[in-house]
Amino acid sequence: MNQLQNFTKGFIKDNPVFVLLLGMCPTLAVTSTAINGLGMGLATTFVLVMSNIVVSLIKNLIPDKVRIPSFIVIIASFVTIVELTMQAYVPDLFDSLGIFIPLIVVNCIVLGRAEAFASKNNVVSSMIDGLGMGLGFAFALTLLGTVRELFGSGSIFGMKFIPGDAILVFVLSPGAFITLGYLIALLNRLKKA
Amino acid sequence: MEYIIIIIGAIFVNNIVLNQFLGICPFLGVSKKINTAVGMGGAVLFVMTLATIVTWLIQNYVLTPLGLQFLQTIFFILVIASLVQMVEIILKKVSPSLFQALGIFLPLITTNCAVLGVAILTIQKEFSLMEGVVYAISNALGFALALVLFSGLREHLDLMEVPKGMRGVPIALVTAGILALAFMGFSNLV
Repeated sequence: MNQLQNFTKGFIKDNPVFVLLLGMCPTLAVTSTAINGLGMGLATTFVLVMSNIVVSLIKNLIPDKVRIPSFIVIIASFVTIVELTMQAYVPDLFDSLGIFIPLIVVNCIVLGRAEAFASKNNVVSSMIDGLGMGLGFAFALTLLGTVRELFGSGSIFGMKFIPGDAILVFVLSPGAFITLGYLIALLNRLKKA
Repeated sequence: MEYIIIIIGAIFVNNIVLNQFLGICPFLGVSKKINTAVGMGGAVLFVMTLATIVTWLIQNYVLTPLGLQFLQTIFFILVIASLVQMVEIILKKVSPSLFQALGIFLPLITTNCAVLGVAILTIQKEFSLMEGVVYAISNALGFALALVLFSGLREHLDLMEVPKGMRGVPIALVTAGILALAFMGFSNLV
């Protein structure tokens, strides 16, 4: 597989949210607006790229039996870095994402890529894989956030262009499940056609 | 009275799955049969309560006195991962029948964000140990309730004629959305 395919597979073919169904908790929880979705996606991308790099660098030093706990410690360290950085520079976004920033640790995509890809491949491919998967995740979250924000509050990225009240339920929790359900159904339909 | 508010709030009003979106993976993954849903609910109840107690003690007697709060995430996930391993080993020795019932669900719980989520929320809300335990138990019950209700719905869905593109995950998500809509009826209870 060449590096370009390696990079683009995360967007459509192996999209972590729409196809692999990994990392559903932040996907549903933080996408009430497009900007939150994008912020969460980029934070996850950073963790994914860095942990993939480190895991592939030290993959030969870690004994096989303790590999999962070691991966978790590596991931948790980068999550802590992201957490403190966001708290310092983008406090508003940090507040609205809330508990889901520390919960990047248990996001199955990050551990999944470390185990399935970075522990078997070289540094460059692992970095590109992490970047592709992370941006695919960010893309899915932003798409879901845009749809929910458009219907739920009549705006996109905070710019309001439909005056008056909108369909509030899209911003609330039921809207998250229903919108994602229909988006996946739509993608299934497009793929078969 | 305080405890009642915590209990009702955690089970119905801010249901951990349907309102706070924690533990969605097992919610979608092990909800095809009612039996497995009950098993998973039991395992989560067990681990979540234990994890909350241990992490509360670590936070208040180790991390805060030493000024190491920034290590919270790393410490908690390690504690939960080793706790799950320990519970698995102890259960295998002490109660093989319980291990049979919960065994396959235990490894899955390490990556269940509900457990880490509740541990962190307990610290954020500055609960006392007793309140934290009540909070953890009610959240686990809320998780089990949502899981069992949802698996009941999905067992019925299997018998239905579902449009092709909606089969599988999409229809499950829409069903979960409608279930969440029903839970919104509780929203002004406390």
